[in-house]
Amino acid sequence: MTETQQKTKCITLKGSAELVSQYLLYGVNSILYQRGIYPPETFTPSEHFGLFIFTSTDEKITSFLSTVLRQIEEWLVQRKVHKITLVITNVNTKEVLEKWDFKVDYEDQKANGTDGIIKGDLPEVGTKDVKTIQKEIREVIRQITGTVSFLPLLDCLCSFDILTYTVPDCSIPNQWDETQPVFIANSQEVQLRSFSTSLHKMNTVVSYKNT
Amino acid sequence: MSHLRFMKELDNLTRMDDAIKGAIPRWQKKCIEASNLNINHSLNSSKKIASFTSSISGKTPTKKNDCKPKKTPSKYIKKSPSKIPSICTLSSHYSSQDTQRWRQIHSIILQQQNAEQDKDKADKVSPKKREMQRLIGENLHGGDINNARVLSYQIKAPAPPEGYQNPLKVLYSQTKTPASVRASTRYIPQAPDRILDAPEIIDDYYLNLVDWSNNNILAVALGANVYLWNAGTGTIEQLFELEANDYVCSVAWIQEGPCLAVGTTVGNTELWDCSQMKRMRIMNGHVARVGSLSWNSHVLSSGCRSGKIVHHDVRERDHLISTINAHAQEVCGLKWSPDGQYLASGGNDNMLQIWSSIAGQRHSQAQPIYSFNQHQAAVKALAWCPWQNNVLASGGGTADRTIRFWNCNSGKLQKRRFHVKFVEKKDSIFLFVTGVCLNTIDTKSQVCALLWSTNYKEIVSGHGYAQNQLIIWKYPMMTKLAELTGHTSRVLHLAMSPDGTTVLSAGADETLRLWKCFQVDPQKKKESNDIKSVASRLKQSIR
Repeated sequence: MTETQQKTKCITLKGSAELVSQYLLYGVNSILYQRGIYPPETFTPSEHFGLFIFTSTDEKITSFLSTVLRQIEEWLVQRKVHKITLVITNVNTKEVLEKWDFKVDYEDQKANGTDGIIKGDLPEVGTKDVKTIQKEIREVIRQITGTVSFLPLLDCLCSFDILTYTVPDCSIPNQWDETQPVFIANSQEVQLRSFSTSLHKMNTVVSYKNT
Repeated sequence: MSHLRFMKELDNLTRMDDAIKGAIPRWQKKCIEASNLNINHSLNSSKKIASFTSSISGKTPTKKNDCKPKKTPSKYIKKSPSKIPSICTLSSHYSSQDTQRWRQIHSIILQQQNAEQDKDKADKVSPKKREMQRLIGENLHGGDINNARVLSYQIKAPAPPEGYQNPLKVLYSQTKTPASVRASTRYIPQAPDRILDAPEIIDDYYLNLVDWSNNNILAVALGANVYLWNAGTGTIEQLFELEANDYVCSVAWIQEGPCLAVGTTVGNTELWDCSQMKRMRIMNGHVARVGSLSWNSHVLSSGCRSGKIVHHDVRERDHLISTINAHAQEVCGLKWSPDGQYLASGGNDNMLQIWSSIAGQRHSQAQPIYSFNQHQAAVKALAWCPWQNNVLASGGGTADRTIRFWNCNSGKLQKRRFHVKFVEKKDSIFLFVTGVCLNTIDTKSQVCALLWSTNYKEIVSGHGYAQNQLIIWKYPMMTKLAELTGHTSRVLHLAMSPDGTTVLSAGADETLRLWKCFQVDPQKKKESNDIKSVASRLKQSIR
């Protein structure tokens, strides 16, 4: 703990995981809003990361997101998750129309090499301060809202799901289950900006059906 | 029996270390798999083994079958039709919850069967192909998929309500927007008065390529050229052509006189005397293209792709007065208010900033008085209200599609001037709340340009996909008065004739269209002239 006190301005592993899960929350919400998956009147604007972001007010959606993201946050601290995928499927045909991959890289693990696994349980501190990270996140979310201009129209009832790609030895929590990874045949991919908390590096990629 | 062959081949491929050829009994397979897993895990850390065993003991046998993490390809085998009966019999032994889960899995299996049978007919899965597919899979997943476990929360988010339609559809459809067009008493011609060709006009949202001067001369930048079109006589003159790959990014006339400012790709701002057709000076100050320009008397403000705004005093030898880090991305909209009090700047970072001018000076402070982040896309369209100096209209790009109105008056001034009123009349308080968004209107289309009418209390907006139309709105009600269609590609820029009767729209379809949409009724004109003369007399008497 002394280590964290020394670098009070820098981010801790927990804080980093929290920030990443916040990014996912607002990223997913703005995708749901901007892609018109749910009626726009069920969203309210609020300010996060210095941006006006529309978040869903539907109770079921918010509770789904909070449960899933709380679990993901836990896994982020334990370094168990590689990738989080937001899948948008046609409700009637179950066809996957679009997916958003949020890839996680554990940066300190790379630097420390094999020590990472052992060090995993210790509270660690990054080298970046929260302000700069938030600024980077802002840029990515801006890009997400900007994607509307090129993504194809989702002209059907769509629902979404969040898949979590974890390490093989990850235990399955209550009410979670294993599923198949998803693919989009003949897809087009667009890489968005990435950001890093100096502990977690997030890469955002959107894939959509090439029509 | 094709599916059996498929299984066989799959088996061979997934178990290359195995000597056994062909299908093997299930119990035997299980043993082998278990041993494989043990080998894998003994290589890993002890921690991993612990969690693995716990995961096995904590789970139903269904999980045991399904949770072989290293064997994703072999999952397909389990889904083959021959396995289903056994799964069903197994399922009868477990609790109702498990059977439910089995049912879910079963239905998924059934769904996938057809697809798989087709698949194994289609490709005679050669080992090479398999390997390639595996590699592609790895690439798609950004790693070895065999090393990942895909988990999802089982209580899914709800689907949108039945019959719900994606509101973005209006962006993509060619039907007219639903909002009713209010019948107005005024006649607005639906067709353009004139169409001019604008070959090679750059289809770039972030540039500002037309401006109409008080001397009735229209400056248009087409690629590397700047042309001057005399609206009175109809003559066209080429002002200049830039060299190499350089192109013109912005043009702006000085309020009075024949001086034209031109922003270029290399970051220079040039001043041209259009009566002499001569360049007067080149001003540096930027590292990237200058996409927006705005004059305030002798101060020229220029916005750059780097997000900086530079104020140039064009009279001085050292023209550079100040440089402001205004935006995180390209500055695409820049407008001084008509009274020179405020500068509004819009950027590709979705920000709209309001800068107050320094007292007694013609340039702005280095800190914005307001930063508005309500727009969801780049803010290019900016227009100050000609009759309310502190009201600004701004329009956002494709992701935003709204026109917003702002009261930008700086708080102090208002308070002093209206202090008495403020206390007495509580109803009018809202008028004096500054720095707020007064109104928002969703236009259902990218807003590329905005112009206020000087003859009517109206505002005209230029739009992109899908209609590429101009919309005339009644202010402040914001009811649609007319939609002017004709452009076959988005309306990039708008300019107004000095007499305020004609609007020029520059489209990405390489045409300039002139719309006589604000023509004044001759009878009313007389009245307004009378009022004007009275007002001017009043003004003189006050002085």
